Amino acid sequence: MTGMQVRVVGDHAVLVECAGHDEVAAAYSLLIERRADLDAIDIVPAARTVLLDGLRDARATGDLLRGWPDPAPVTAITGTVVEVPVTYDGDDLDEVARQWDVTTADVVRLHSSTTFTVAFCGFAPGFAYCTGLPADRGVARRAEPRTRVPAGSVALAGEYTAVYPTASPGGWQLIGRTKLELWRPERDDPALLAPGTTVRFVDG
Amino acid sequence: MAEPRVLRIEDAGMLTTVQDLGRPGHAHLGVPRSGAVDPDALRLGNRLVGNPESAAGLETTATGGAFGFAHAVAIAVTGAQCEVRVDGRAVAWGAAVPVPAGSVVRLGRAPSGLRAYLTVSGGITVPPVLGSRATDLLSGLGPAPLRDGDELPVGPPFGEPSGSEAVGRPRPGTVELVLGPRHDWFTERSLRALDGATYEVLPASNRIGVRLGGPAIEWLRPGEELASEPMVLGALQVPPNGQPVVFLHDHPTTGGYPVVAVVRPDDLVVCAQAAPGDRIRFRVR
Repeated sequence: MTGMQVRVVGDHAVLVECAGHDEVAAAYSLLIERRADLDAIDIVPAARTVLLDGLRDARATGDLLRGWPDPAPVTAITGTVVEVPVTYDGDDLDEVARQWDVTTADVVRLHSSTTFTVAFCGFAPGFAYCTGLPADRGVARRAEPRTRVPAGSVALAGEYTAVYPTASPGGWQLIGRTKLELWRPERDDPALLAPGTTVRFVDG
Repeated sequence: MAEPRVLRIEDAGMLTTVQDLGRPGHAHLGVPRSGAVDPDALRLGNRLVGNPESAAGLETTATGGAFGFAHAVAIAVTGAQCEVRVDGRAVAWGAAVPVPAGSVVRLGRAPSGLRAYLTVSGGITVPPVLGSRATDLLSGLGPAPLRDGDELPVGPPFGEPSGSEAVGRPRPGTVELVLGPRHDWFTERSLRALDGATYEVLPASNRIGVRLGGPAIEWLRPGEELASEPMVLGALQVPPNGQPVVFLHDHPTTGGYPVVAVVRPDDLVVCAQAAPGDRIRFRVR
């Protein structure tokens, strides 16, 4: 209708602005689909924006995108589906139950019955911000971040859930762990949870 | 009998890492681009010793370092203009230099510029990760920062060293900025003041970012939160204290603070080669 909202980022990148995660998913999906018409080296989604980087001429690409129609919403599950087996014994299960005013069993039930989507990656290679939690199930971060969170930790913060792909410091609330290997840098597709992937957490 | 093709780190100096042209194209997976922060210097060094421009070399920091070769090689030192010695004998900077088997190449402290590149005929051939041999200090991809005694494999020579070419030297000075994408997060007064403002490079700077001290770039609405967004090389990110950081090659792929402006690509080397205490002057285009 109004075309894409685009901000120029220096000489070689543009930022497409979106209203929310659904709109980011739609824009990202369209940009990937029409990648051949663009000369971007990187197409990077985030919470409310998608970056196109490595362009020859940011202004020209900006003008091109402003002329594109609004991206169609992503309605069906089109990408890969990954099941993540989880042992729900995280140190912060009680804290999340307290924040939501439910039992720890309810936390596990909600987390393992929700279909999540990888909205974007960041923080560390293969660290996927997964959306899908109900709007009233936000989680406050820990006041004191941990100096080391083990690889495979399943965690919550803000509106997201994620699995730590490698050991790192971190302030997210830990609710469980998985043995699934999320980050395999020796492979051509090193991240198991790339943007657009559908994720289900399975208890046990 | 041929000597093994090995480069031995005799003295890693302040920080020496393996660098090539990095691993762009993986930012959507949270992988920083990494690679030489003065890529033109690395490319030049590779051309001088007869390598493809993308071959891996060493990036030293501030203090230089010393590197031993079991076999005869050609080397070149580019980037920060430092003294270069082979077994104590002063040799040319910015040119291909033959190094006999069993010799030690020493890079001195650079009077100006921060990072020197040592390229070697054949290149450094540690196993690549995601298509690159670069050390990424943010995410830990690639070989760890080098320590005294480490040994690195060197490949067979690609071709004849090209000898010499006109060599640009690190230049101090003015850095041009393109405003945006989030200049509307800052006060008019701060944006006006940014044009012509001078900042000092702080000691906490590294390959992730050049931390600057100087006039605060004031947020228009203090306390407002920006949804995490993708970051680019050369972004001038401004945390709530108003003291900006220029993102270099190991920068995080996403960030939660607004970017007031982006450094023009041709001027980024000024930031990448600025040592703590150096001054950088901005001009807004």
